[in-house]
Amino acid sequence: MADPVIEVVDLAKSFTIHARDGLTIAVFNGLSLHVRAGECVALHGPSGSGKSTLLRALYANYKPDRGQVLVRHGQNLVDMASASPREVLAVRRLSLGYVSQFLRVIPRVPALDVVAQPAIDLGTDPNAARDKAAALLTRLRIAERLWRLPPATFSGGEQQRVNIARGFSVDYPALLLDEPTASLDAENRATVGDLILEARERGAAIVGIFHDAEIRERVSTSIFDIQSAKRAA
Amino acid sequence: MMPAVAFADGALEDTPLLSVRGLSYHYGRQLGCRDVSFDLYPGEVLGIVGESGSGKTTLLSCLSGRLPPGSGSIHYDMAGHGLTDLAGLSESELRVLMRSDWGIVHQTPRDGLRMGVSAGANIGERLMAIGARHYGEIRAAALDWLARVEIPANRIDHLPQSFSGGMQQRLQIARNLVNKPRLVFMDEPTGGLDVSVQAKLLDLLRGLVSELGLSVVLVTHDLAVARLLAHRLMVMKSGEVVESGLTDQVLDDPHHPYSQLLVSSVLQV
Repeated sequence: MADPVIEVVDLAKSFTIHARDGLTIAVFNGLSLHVRAGECVALHGPSGSGKSTLLRALYANYKPDRGQVLVRHGQNLVDMASASPREVLAVRRLSLGYVSQFLRVIPRVPALDVVAQPAIDLGTDPNAARDKAAALLTRLRIAERLWRLPPATFSGGEQQRVNIARGFSVDYPALLLDEPTASLDAENRATVGDLILEARERGAAIVGIFHDAEIRERVSTSIFDIQSAKRAA
Repeated sequence: MMPAVAFADGALEDTPLLSVRGLSYHYGRQLGCRDVSFDLYPGEVLGIVGESGSGKTTLLSCLSGRLPPGSGSIHYDMAGHGLTDLAGLSESELRVLMRSDWGIVHQTPRDGLRMGVSAGANIGERLMAIGARHYGEIRAAALDWLARVEIPANRIDHLPQSFSGGMQQRLQIARNLVNKPRLVFMDEPTGGLDVSVQAKLLDLLRGLVSELGLSVVLVTHDLAVARLLAHRLMVMKSGEVVESGLTDQVLDDPHHPYSQLLVSSVLQV
């Protein structure tokens, strides 16, 4: 069997809130998970069970207390939990994509450039990157008259689709998806489902949170129950 | 399971541009900053955040050669020499380095501009300091940089006094970047500007930093500015670094009580 692209080993994460006398909230402990090329693991569990926290720990946005998050980066496995900031940024640029729930808007940057930027940062010819960005925005039904505008004034659904287009603008070997279809209509949900399946077909390893049961069943290859993972610990 | 191997990405440089160890500075008996250590790599933007009085500007002044460090060392990767202890350089060698390799963007444009000469001369002066003599080329470079910082070409012969605060700050940036420095120090570059002017300046800085591959040490108390520009952060309190790491990690999952206070004190718009 192929080697995993993402391998989580004995991961623990808690939050200590100093303003509340050092109150500590344990989120998960001893969590292990692996994802191979072409697999899509759907994180499952009720709201507040730590799905987003796990996803953010995989992206090194949150710092785990213990354990490893190994991500394939070229010929290497990089431990996102202990890598230096510039190593983490290199992995994010090339190997690990992330679609967050909300678009972080940068003033003055037009939607087309928001989407094309990750590929340009990797050295793709800017025109080629913008062509691909345009194709993604078209598929996600963002009207062409909006491409030249910064997304700050877009609706929630439009911003989310720009965010998704950005996440799929580079063919990352590993991809993290945090409720990519949350504020989308049926047609766009189906398009996002297509994009995820295409990513799987080209061999991406995916971890996602999908509240929508229909899309979850369509794209995922396995379900990871975060609560039973916690109980086992 | 594959064994985790040491990081060996060819794209990452092995030699830091700036290497700081145990840097401290006291104003008499008053602590400025204490025991600061970090490495800055080519193309990295390091943000230094903390409230006023936390030692950010003192640290920046020591790093940029404007205050002699009380103790500790600063090594800089000098072209042709490798990592060099700045304490071992003569005054004139340090000045040459500052003129040719470094830029300093002050919070107040008046501190970084020559107010008595034209915008074009403010830019051209830097080129002349490193040996440019051809008037036409200097003027062409000044025009090019005015355009890059979005100042109309017909303002080239005007004095900076006639410029708005935002334009003065953009002129200061042009003056600092025209020499193609490798390292730029910025002290609250967007402080004191209207938010709309700030957004323009931030967008400009973000583009120039990535386009020119600049290494930057950026002091700011504005966490939104830090998030937009910095790859990693050092949080300072009472002269010491209390937390450091990847920018979004420090801002979204702060560990030190002071970092948590800082992040939770930001008003949501």
